[in-house]
Amino acid sequence: MAQTSTERPFLSATDMRGGYGKADILNGCTLTVEKGQIAVIVGPNGAGKSTAMKAVFGMLNLREGAVLLDGQDITALTPQERVHKGMGFVPQTHNIFPTMTVEENLEMGAFIRTDDCRATMEQVYHLFPAVADKRRQNAGELSGGQRQQVAVGRALMTRPSLLMLDEPTAGVSPIVMDELFDRIIEVARTGISILMVEQNARQALEIADIGYVLVQGANAYTDTGPALLADPEVRRTFLGG
Amino acid sequence: MDILNAIVLLLNFVVVPAAAYGAQLALGALGVTLIYGILRFSNFAHGDTMAFGTAMVILVTWGLQAMGISLGPLPTALLALPFGIALTSIFVLGTDRVVYRFYRKKRSEPIILVMASVGVMFVMNGLTRMLPGIGVNEVRFDDGARFLFSVQEFKAWTGLTEGLSLRVSQALTLIVTALCCWALFRFLNRSREGKAMRAYSDNEDLALLSGIDPERVVRLTWIIATALAVTAGTLYGLDKSFKAFNYFQILLPIFAAAIVGGLGNPLGAVAGGFIVAFSEVAITYPWKKVANYLGFEPDGLLQLLSTEYKFAVSFVILIVVLLFRPTGLFRGKSV
Repeated sequence: MAQTSTERPFLSATDMRGGYGKADILNGCTLTVEKGQIAVIVGPNGAGKSTAMKAVFGMLNLREGAVLLDGQDITALTPQERVHKGMGFVPQTHNIFPTMTVEENLEMGAFIRTDDCRATMEQVYHLFPAVADKRRQNAGELSGGQRQQVAVGRALMTRPSLLMLDEPTAGVSPIVMDELFDRIIEVARTGISILMVEQNARQALEIADIGYVLVQGANAYTDTGPALLADPEVRRTFLGG
Repeated sequence: MDILNAIVLLLNFVVVPAAAYGAQLALGALGVTLIYGILRFSNFAHGDTMAFGTAMVILVTWGLQAMGISLGPLPTALLALPFGIALTSIFVLGTDRVVYRFYRKKRSEPIILVMASVGVMFVMNGLTRMLPGIGVNEVRFDDGARFLFSVQEFKAWTGLTEGLSLRVSQALTLIVTALCCWALFRFLNRSREGKAMRAYSDNEDLALLSGIDPERVVRLTWIIATALAVTAGTLYGLDKSFKAFNYFQILLPIFAAAIVGGLGNPLGAVAGGFIVAFSEVAITYPWKKVANYLGFEPDGLLQLLSTEYKFAVSFVILIVVLLFRPTGLFRGKSV
């Protein structure tokens, strides 16, 4: 990585190695995201995409490598401590409180905040008008796409500087997926960096400022989203022609 | 007139006692369901927490009586209740520290925690029986006025053949239960801490990510469940009498109530308490006299089950619910 550059990346996770048991899943994976950028991790099944993101969030013990957020070394911090440092994480599943109302879900998202969170809540409702109409309804009763919106909204309540999304469009219809990607672009425009793992590689790379293709826990290709889409090698091996 | 007599008879022997008993079960089941929702195991020591707590209340009551303090027409035990809750909470938090926390940190299977709670149950039971003046005796500790109105008074007012009485302990049970439920639901739905408890019950990992401190939630749950258990136990003891073994037995209808309502669902626990109590009383009540008033001449007593077998009712309810609707009426967690 270009460590000598004066423009330091907002998130830089370098040379990450580690796994859940004895065998490493990550074999020297590096991810960097600039402020307000959308970074997308794609790759074949079992490439360690979600694992890489979990490592960035501290849900995995790294054997080697470092995670820096805004220049600060956070490698040793727990996920909860990273939330305080400005990371927001939306898990792939079980990412809402189903028997609580939409409003309560957002309130719980802001649990660590001691100030008034109503302004942030209004911003979230403004971003996701569909769930704003259902603020008094239990989140578990909403449709799949709306649940994802609640999940993203919950993570936004801490006003994170980096939002991490683990396959936000898994199991939603193509129309909902497009809508969700539009919202994610909108979030990034407010200056929040986005790191996202996506199964729908083609659509995700279309909106990516930077794309990472992981293979066996290591970086195979790294470029801007459109450039990766145009790369014949990437197209042939990962995007099905 | 006969219809009125039948109604009064029913009120006196079925509705009023079942309502009071149901309220006591509801308070007990609320504690069981809260612990199941947050700590994710069925706490077998709950009945003996009620017994231990009630014994504490009795000891404090005796102390207050010795000092000449009373509440006039209300039982002195009401004044002793907060002390009983505090003492029992300290003990229960101690058991969490010594027993349950170890298994929680290890993320043990729920069944291991259940078995641990059986151990705690035996210890609490033994301790309760060692308390001075309590032991295995049957203790009556209700002082103050006995009746709000008695059968004789009711008959004199109305001129009916059948009478209706309302004991202070019954009225107190209903009022205190209503207040407890109101306060609990308000706490769970409105307060920050209460919402954190619900969030933790809904999705432990996400609650952790949201910055909710699990140990704090667990402590709060123990204290609330203990407060409810001691209140339930005291009301039950005032209504009937205190005997440690009865509190061990009452565990069955309490679990039936919690499961009927849906484990982990507080509203279900309250409904379940009344469903179990009304079933139990209605099935063990001899309906002959009511039938007579309504113009029937039955041969037998019309008693479906003798009172000695009342626990069978809870068993049957449990089995039916587990077979046909394991998540309970109010859709709690499946057992």
